[in-house]
Amino acid sequence: MSFEYAPAPESRAVVSIKPKYGHFIGGKFVAGSKHFPTINPATEEVLSQIALAGKAEVDAAVKAARKAYTTTWSKMSGKERGKYLYRIARIMQERAREFAVLETLDNGKPIRESRDTDIPLAAAHFFYHAGWADKLEYAGLGTSPKPLGVAGQIIPWNFPLLMLAWKVAPALAAGNTVVLKPAESTSLTALLFAEVCQQAELPAGVVNIVTGDGSTGALIVNHPGIDKIAFTGSTEVGKLIARAVAPTKKSVTLELGGKAANIVFDDAPIDETVEGIVNGIFFNQGHVCCAGSRLLLQENVAEEVLHKLKNRMEKIRVGDPMDKNTDVGAINSKEQLAKITELAAAGDAEGAERWSPACNLPGKGFWFAPTIFTGVTQAHRIAREEIFGPVLSVLTFRTPQEAIEKANNTPFGLSAGIWSEKGSRTLWASQQLRAGVIWANTFNKFDPTSPFGGYKESGWGREGGRHGLSAYLKGVSHE
Amino acid sequence: MSFYGLVDGTEASLKSYLNNLSGVDQVGAEARAAMLATRSIKTTSKRWAIETAITMVDLTTLEGADTPGKVKALCTKAVRPDPTDSSVPSVGAVCVYNDMVSVARTHLDLIGGQHVPVAAVSTAFPSGRASMPVKIQDTQDAIDAGAAEIDMVIDRGAFLAGRYIDVFNEIVQIKEVCADKAHLKVIFETGELVTYDNVRKASFLAMAAGADFIKTSTGKVAPAATPPVVLVMLEAVRDFYEMTNTRIGVKPAGGIRTTKDAIKQLVLVNETVGPDWLNPKLFRIGASALLNDLLMQRMKLDEGYYSSPQYVTMD
Repeated sequence: MSFEYAPAPESRAVVSIKPKYGHFIGGKFVAGSKHFPTINPATEEVLSQIALAGKAEVDAAVKAARKAYTTTWSKMSGKERGKYLYRIARIMQERAREFAVLETLDNGKPIRESRDTDIPLAAAHFFYHAGWADKLEYAGLGTSPKPLGVAGQIIPWNFPLLMLAWKVAPALAAGNTVVLKPAESTSLTALLFAEVCQQAELPAGVVNIVTGDGSTGALIVNHPGIDKIAFTGSTEVGKLIARAVAPTKKSVTLELGGKAANIVFDDAPIDETVEGIVNGIFFNQGHVCCAGSRLLLQENVAEEVLHKLKNRMEKIRVGDPMDKNTDVGAINSKEQLAKITELAAAGDAEGAERWSPACNLPGKGFWFAPTIFTGVTQAHRIAREEIFGPVLSVLTFRTPQEAIEKANNTPFGLSAGIWSEKGSRTLWASQQLRAGVIWANTFNKFDPTSPFGGYKESGWGREGGRHGLSAYLKGVSHE
Repeated sequence: MSFYGLVDGTEASLKSYLNNLSGVDQVGAEARAAMLATRSIKTTSKRWAIETAITMVDLTTLEGADTPGKVKALCTKAVRPDPTDSSVPSVGAVCVYNDMVSVARTHLDLIGGQHVPVAAVSTAFPSGRASMPVKIQDTQDAIDAGAAEIDMVIDRGAFLAGRYIDVFNEIVQIKEVCADKAHLKVIFETGELVTYDNVRKASFLAMAAGADFIKTSTGKVAPAATPPVVLVMLEAVRDFYEMTNTRIGVKPAGGIRTTKDAIKQLVLVNETVGPDWLNPKLFRIGASALLNDLLMQRMKLDEGYYSSPQYVTMD
């Protein structure tokens, strides 16, 4: 007798993908010149051809954004801007299933996550910032905070629509216009969002979307007509951007890499901790900058936690991202799979012990089984470098002080987790940890009201909440 | 008694055993149960789940208005839930008050339901507010009348007052009465224990004291068998098996009325404690209205449309 779950695939009939896309400039879709394919990473099926924006397209987008800023958006009352944002949020909710299916096809993440996390949170960001649009003078940033102008926004492939929302919603609420470039491998939901802008009758040029690769991103970063750069992606590219904008007047926010410590004290609620560890590293295939990729276990409970973690990992359902019962989907690209494979091999070579549950990975597409490495030390590459995949490095500690030292001993500082039933210890540890987001007895929880961002090489500035809003405003502190 | 070597029967040993349990994080437990509730069970797996759930139902009537006629009707339904389809299996047990046990047993035997056990609620169900001699007599009466399963309630007052040893001793004494004649299910009334920490503590207490099954609720108090409560109990059972190599059963009861609710419970079992527990020896669902919904969903799978309730029998 056994309870096998029959396939429960979400229907893809709800989306219609065009064979070829252009850019969204000045409120209209314009044809691209060169194109490159975008694929479904779970099947390697080519979904569509995406346009590669060059100088002419980026110039046109910046020009449209400037015109919209000067003539319309910066002059509009906050109340009116808020109406547009509310309208966008509602349309995103109405078309949530379409967005979820498209995101899963293009990105490889499980439909359960795009349906239950990405899309609802993206809409929530628009709702939240819609509320700010007419209340900016009460944001604690001076009596009459002003927008910055045209924002160039470059977003990653791990949460395509959600990262778009994190960037576009506060920029628009504050009165800026934007030129946004989605990641090369995941442009489709951004292009669907462009349709939503049309549907919401957003004034032309307020949101411009140009697609392309790193070369398009560089054109945006270096464009003289842009007042602010907002980037989410790798620390490597973040450093290039910081160098590029250093001699200019552009303001900049950077959300970069991480190597978060997830710290388990011996009084932790063990079963929920195991869930939190799984959610911390296997959520979104570990393609999460704030992933809990370093598990720090107090040595006296390490064996018990690892035993339960392995049992739990046996239940993880890896496979077709469109199946409603899938927990872990496909790796987003061949390149990312190669990077994960290489770093995992470094873990083997450096003597860490690798373990994965038995799972049948599909033949086509890009897949990596959920993996843990035990016996990892601070000196291992897999304890220092961001893997950005479903690979967990397990370290141990003896005292709370040692846990904090190990947790902080990294060039990154985006997030951290603390598991303990003792409130005083949680509060103490959270004050010692040098990370922008600290979760207590939970992990990977996001909310538009909460600022998100990093210490050290994890980035500059915050997104979300009042802090995130200030990155799109000239207030007292910026003048 | 040896209590699996976990406690020696003294208050001190019981305290240290219970104090060693890790806590339960409410938010985390509820999030896990909510996530498992999103599992989409379709086609062949739905059919399997419905068949299995039918065999796990403890078909229950626990009303002041219960009469021999009502109990006999329930027994008939228990043996052959769908009179038009003999492939539908019998339910797990019939669950009645103490004084209805002999009526139920006699009738079941009469209609070819020898394989369906009778469960009796016991120990001054549902409140548990009676002296120990009364509780023992209550249990003895039920067994003498033919009950093969005893669903006892714990003394929640004693538990909430911290007198864990009293709760423990009551279970031990009732277990002695049951001996090898009846299976013992221990009801916590989780709606009165309230916290998941208490549910986890009560689970380990009852298992060490000799429970064969741990059961959420009487059905008289809401909330009852919520998915997170059942999750916490299943985790306790799983951990207890690792400690003692003994499999304890789990019985959610109260509030499980639809096939969807029942399937959610089976998913919890499958992904928490594993497929070994997916049989009526280790998992039961205390319910009355649920059975008809299972039957209607079963018909729907066969016929492709929903039947009117007139096509399933009312009792």
